[in-house]
This record gives sequence, C-alpha cells and structure tokens, in this order.
Amino acid sequence: MFEKGGKLEKLYYLFEAGETFMFSPSTTAKNTGVQIRDAIDLKRMMMTVVLAMVPCLIWGIFNVGYQHHLAIGEQEAFFSVANLLFGARWVLPIVLVSYVAGGLIEGVFAVIRKHPINEGFLVTGMLIPLIVPPTIPLWQVAMATIFGVVVGKEIFGGTGMNVLNVAMTARAFLYFAYPSQISGEVWTQLADGTMVDSYSGATALAIAQNTVTSGGADVVAALGDFFSFDNMLMGYVPGSIGETSTIACLIGALVLVATGVGSWKIIVSVFAGALGMGLLFNAAGANAFMDLPAHYHLVIGGLAFGAVFMATDPVSASQTETGKWIYGLLIGMLTVLIRVVNPAYPEGIMLAVLFMNVFAPLIDFYIVQANKKRRLARATV
Amino acid sequence: MSKIVKLKKGFDINLAGKAEKKISDSPQPETFALKPTDFVGMKRPKLLVAEGDNVKAGTPVLYDKMQENVMFCSPVSGEIVEVKRGAKRKILEIKILADKEVEYESFTAYTVSDLTNLSRDEVQAQMLKGGVWPNIIQRPYGVVANENDTPKAIFVSTFDSHPLAADLSYTLKDDAEAFKTGISILKKFTEGMVHVNHDLKAEVSAVFSAADAAQHNKVSGPHPAGNVGVQIHHIDPVNKGEVVWTVSPYGVAQIGKLFMNGQYDASRLVAVAGSEVSAPQYHKTYTGAAINKMIDGNLKQDNVRFISGNALTGERIHDNGYLGFYSNLLSILPEGDHAEFLGWIKPKKDTLSFHRAFGLLSFLNGKDKEYVLDTNTNGEPRAFVQTGTFEQVVPMDIYPTYLIKAIMAEDFDNMEALGIYEIVEEDLALCEYIDVSKHEVQDIVREGLELMQNG
Repeated sequence: MFEKGGKLEKLYYLFEAGETFMFSPSTTAKNTGVQIRDAIDLKRMMMTVVLAMVPCLIWGIFNVGYQHHLAIGEQEAFFSVANLLFGARWVLPIVLVSYVAGGLIEGVFAVIRKHPINEGFLVTGMLIPLIVPPTIPLWQVAMATIFGVVVGKEIFGGTGMNVLNVAMTARAFLYFAYPSQISGEVWTQLADGTMVDSYSGATALAIAQNTVTSGGADVVAALGDFFSFDNMLMGYVPGSIGETSTIACLIGALVLVATGVGSWKIIVSVFAGALGMGLLFNAAGANAFMDLPAHYHLVIGGLAFGAVFMATDPVSASQTETGKWIYGLLIGMLTVLIRVVNPAYPEGIMLAVLFMNVFAPLIDFYIVQANKKRRLARATV
Repeated sequence: MSKIVKLKKGFDINLAGKAEKKISDSPQPETFALKPTDFVGMKRPKLLVAEGDNVKAGTPVLYDKMQENVMFCSPVSGEIVEVKRGAKRKILEIKILADKEVEYESFTAYTVSDLTNLSRDEVQAQMLKGGVWPNIIQRPYGVVANENDTPKAIFVSTFDSHPLAADLSYTLKDDAEAFKTGISILKKFTEGMVHVNHDLKAEVSAVFSAADAAQHNKVSGPHPAGNVGVQIHHIDPVNKGEVVWTVSPYGVAQIGKLFMNGQYDASRLVAVAGSEVSAPQYHKTYTGAAINKMIDGNLKQDNVRFISGNALTGERIHDNGYLGFYSNLLSILPEGDHAEFLGWIKPKKDTLSFHRAFGLLSFLNGKDKEYVLDTNTNGEPRAFVQTGTFEQVVPMDIYPTYLIKAIMAEDFDNMEALGIYEIVEEDLALCEYIDVSKHEVQDIVREGLELMQNG
C-alpha cells in the first residue's frame, strides 16, 4: 500500500523509516557490482554517536539536580536519588521535545522532498538538549530544533549536503533570537526554590570576563574553590545540560575514537589549538583573562563537548585527513580567541565551530588541489 | 630494475570455502556460451554465425562494429544451438553445444626462434584473428585494447587478492612455457616495459619467473594489492594522454599457446568456491562453461547466489548460466533475502565489517577467521555522511569521495584532475563494500569512464 502506485505512496518514506527500525531490510546486492556488503549502516553509526553522548546526558541529569539543591541550600551527594529525580524532571522533557519536533519536521520534509528519513536526526535530537540551559522554555527547544533542521540542513538538500552543523545552528538561533533565555543567570534550574546568598549561578566564563572588566588581577582566584580545575574537569559546575563534565565528554570521545566514528584527529587538534592559543595569551599577558593558565581553557565551558561531538560531525567538518588537522586546530584557537578577546560572547566554541564549518570546504579545496597538482606534474601533455 | 611496492591501505575479505588445490572429476558441461555483455564498451556486437552452424574452437563468432578487426571466437567446437536475445534484440548469450572431442581452427604455429623475428604487425594480425586479443585491456577506461595504440607499458599481475580468488600459479601450473612466450610477444607492442608483478609475501612460482622478457616487481599488502590498477599507480602511473595495457596471466598464456601450437586454446582451470559449496575445488573446463555440472550435488543448500567472478566485482548468474569470458571463479554465497529483527543495532561478530561502530565486533576475530557472508545489503542507501573511510581502502594517491562526486556531477575537468584515468571499477570495489551509505560505487565509476571516453 505504501509502494509506488499504492494508496499511501506519498508516505512511503515514513513507512520505510518505521519498518527499517524494526527489521533490517531483506534487500540483497544487485546483479553486478559487490555481491556482499559490510555489516555497517548509517543507523548503527548514528546510534554509536548517541551512545557516546549517554555519559554526558546522565551526568547532566544528575548535575541539574545537584546545582538545584546547591542553589537552594540543600546540598545532596552528587549521585543521589533526589538529584536524579529533579534532573530527570527537567531534562527529559527537553530531550523529548527535541526528538518530537525534529522527527516531525524530518518526516514532513521526507514526504515533500521524497527522500528517506535520515538517521542523522537521532544524533541532532540528542545534541540539542545537551547544549541548552536546563531552564530553557520547551517551546524554544522546539523552535530551535525546527530552525536547525530546516535552515541548517533541509534547505541545502538534506543530510549529507549541509554546510553547518545542525545542532550548532539551532543553538546559534536561540542565542541570537532569545538571548535572555540562554545567557546570564539561566544555568541553574531553581524550579520554585529560592537561591541562597552563597550561590552565584554564574558560569566560570562569565566570572573570568568579569575579572577583566572589574580590573581584577587573578582569574583563578576569582573562580575560587567552586570553579577549581578539578571541579570543572569533573563537571560539578553550572552550565548547559550536557557540557559541564569534561570527563564525561572524554568518555564519549573514547567511544567515538575506538569505534572510528569520530575523527581523533579533529578531537586532538581542537584541544591542541585551544591549549596553544591559551599559551600564546599567557605569553602576551595583557589582562587577567589572558593570564588564565592555558589548561583551564580545556575544562571551562563547552570546549570539550564541542570538540568531541560538534567539531567531529563528518558532514560539516573538513573531509580530507590533512584538512581535519587544520580544521580542528583553528576551531580550538578561535574558541579561546573569542573567549578572551571578545567580551560580547562569553563562550567561543559555538561560533568557532560554525565559522570553521563554513571554511571547511575551502580547506579541503586546497588539499584536493594539491593532489591534482601532483597528478598534473606527472603528465607530459 | 625491479620494484618493490609495500602497501598498507586496503582490506582483506576472508571468505569461507576456498577452493582446495585438487581437480574435481565432475563431467564436462554440454554447453558453453560467449556473452557480449562481458566485454565492457562493446557497442554494436555483430554475429558471424547463425543458429545451427558448426564451429571449431577459434572460429570467429562475434565482432564489434566499432572495432571490426577484433574477433571473438568460440571456446570449443560444436554447434551453435541458441542465440539468446534480450530487450531490443540485444544479444545476451551465444550458446554452443560442445563436441566430445574439441577440434581447433588452425593458425600458424612458430618455433621459438621464428617468434623472435616476427614483427608487431604479424603477431597482431594473428592475435586479432585468433580470439586472444580481448585478453588485452587498456587503461584508461578498462575496455578491450585498441589495436592502433602503442602502450607505454604492459602490466600483468600474477596474484589475485579478491575474496576466494583462484590461485593463479595453480591454475596455470602447466603453462610456464606458454606464459613466457606470451610475455615475449607482448613485448613487441611496447617500447616500455612489460611489468609482471608478484606477491611479495609468497614464493614466486616457476610458472611466471621464467618470463625473462619482463621486469618482475613485487607488491605486498591487503587487497587490492593484487589489482593491476593499484600496481600501475605505484610503478608507472597512467597520465593524461597515455595508454597502458593490462593482461591477466591466463590471457598471457593463451596468447603464447596461439603462437606455440597454432590454436585458440580456451581450456582453463576454474575454481568453484564459497561457503555453500560442498566440495570447493578446481574444475578443468573451457572459457564460458555452463555451471550446471559444477553445482550438481555440490551445494549445501538451495537459497544461494551464483556469481561469475568474485564477491566484489562479479556478476550474478542463474543456476543454468555461464561463466564469463574473464572469469576463472564461480563464487557461491548464501542469498541474504531475509529481514532481521533489529538487525541494525544487534551486536554482530560473524558479519565482517571494516568498521568498528557499536556492536560490530568482527575486528576481534583476528585475521585468520573465515567468514560466511550473505548477499544482504545490511542497510539502505543514504546520502554520503561518513568521511575518510574510502581513503583507507584505496592504496593510491586519489581522493575517492571527491572523484565519485565529480562523476555524479558530470564534472569532466575534475574527473580528469582527480585521477579517473587511473582506475576501473575493481579498484574502488572495496569502497562499495565498506560504504556506510550503500552507494553503487562501481556503477558510478563506469558511468564516469563512459563519460570520459565518449564525451
């Protein structure tokens, strides 16, 4: 009935998506060409990424609860049931809305544009909740997801054709369209509790910026014990849901690299670029933020999450192996540059990734051009 | 000045059911066939015989209107029993009912000393007439060589690294002399080298080592190290405007025999292999053999696929079908026409994968594990997403993804600049195998080659 000429022909790709999720299809190789095919398919690849994000999600859920209880002065042990319940209450609806909104819009486009529903949305649907604050209104999550899918992907022809990372596009949309819900004191979900005086609710990057504007001397001192290197490495700090724990991100990185799904070259070079830029600023040392020890940049804010899950998106990243090094290095450097030099944007990774997404084809162009030149140099005519 | 080429990139597909080095006593098939579709680029095949005609081994049966001097000859003597045609009367198979004893058309036989004095034109005339010319494939384009070209070099690969491939030093074990003669004849066509490339990891068989007119090189690495295209790329690459010829070792020996014995000798050893074969062995038969006698009582189950050639580049044939002109292998694999519940996420250890994404555990098995793989596509076609993997299985300085995209966009300049002259389908077959998005890479490559050839 969903086949060509059938009553519901228009909905074929919706049917296909549903069916292939239950059963891998019974199609066999065609008469010529390869007669056997590798066991991999796109669904499995995408699910690998989703699984790699699970540590971040779980940490995020507990951390939302932890920050809440900390803020209202009823501190709980980190992995406590109270933290889990509170976190789940606020995080899971965001995940659900992101998947539903994303799924609907993907479905609509699959029907209109007659292409299969692409599994990339499994990843996007999980990425978006992890990069928004826990206080985000759900309708904004839906809006951002729809914007990300339509403008970031579908207008370019769907998955595989997009220039920009879809999740980062969604976040940039929120950032510029609804700034008051994604910057300032939004990182702690208070529900109906009231914040106690000892809790500030600001992020480490905001504190670092303030140190500069207020003429402070030492960012590390301003960050205090709460934002110690260890705490930020583990992720006991407020921030977007999934990005606070550098350790959780690194577990994800381990999964991506071990499975070969994410490029280790990109991950390593983003960190290297950030560290290098941090050291460069240390050497310059014109203000307090520049003096922040370079390794702090690796654990502050969303750098780790962006390096592991955003920069490695194979479609929007550089596609040549040499290009991946350059692409990653520049993302790392730009992130720290934006953080330290541009006071308007406390976090740089979002803009750095989007910016380099745009430049990735240019990097590849020159790498491929070099290959063409080698070939041409051999020829005599 | 022989060369040693060590390759790292690539991927071996180790299938179960390799042919044992033993010759089966199965009876000779009754019919043989010549299939014009085996010859890539043959545009207007013309028949030289009609149903009911009697032919000898070496009688011209077919030629291409676009290349009128190249004769395609009957592999055996007998009667033309059927000319099978498809849509628009396209010729699909010319079937020959074989005699009990094969009779041969006679061509001129030469002694070794006579051969050295023959000119290119003289040997060429006999090769064109005697049915052995289609053994010569030219690069670029991977089509039967144009007899007016002078290639800059000729390449022969003495090992086949495809899954279940026949062992060429075994299939040609009695043909050392013919191989040597064939090489010395091919040498007349080029001012450059005739390169004979061996597997670095194995002992060079005496079948090939005696051919002293050639330069002997050694190549090591996983598949596609045995592909002659990969070897050309590293030894003497094809540039724009250049022509290189490639010949299979069997083709070389067949050329040699035409001059030594004055006969078009299409006898050959064919491997029948695969996980579904009861007794995977070699069968002594002729080019274009019907497979029915080889599979009679030799199958473990019924739901299988018969492939003329190997699992990466072969062609599916029916159980009453025929092996192709270039094929020395009948692969028999289980048909994968079954859906699998949650097959897209279930952990799989026994399905070979180049990748290590979640649940793909075949990399834990080690290199010696033999796999039973079926023909299921294991997923549906999608847009290109994953990057950097094609490059890992193509041991050439080529960007496969960019080349494939240039072909899809019909971008002639870029196809040329990105190296389309250096490849044929088989060189990118592994890309098609490992592709996450299940593209038909080899079809795309052929499309590109045709675009370049015909403008």
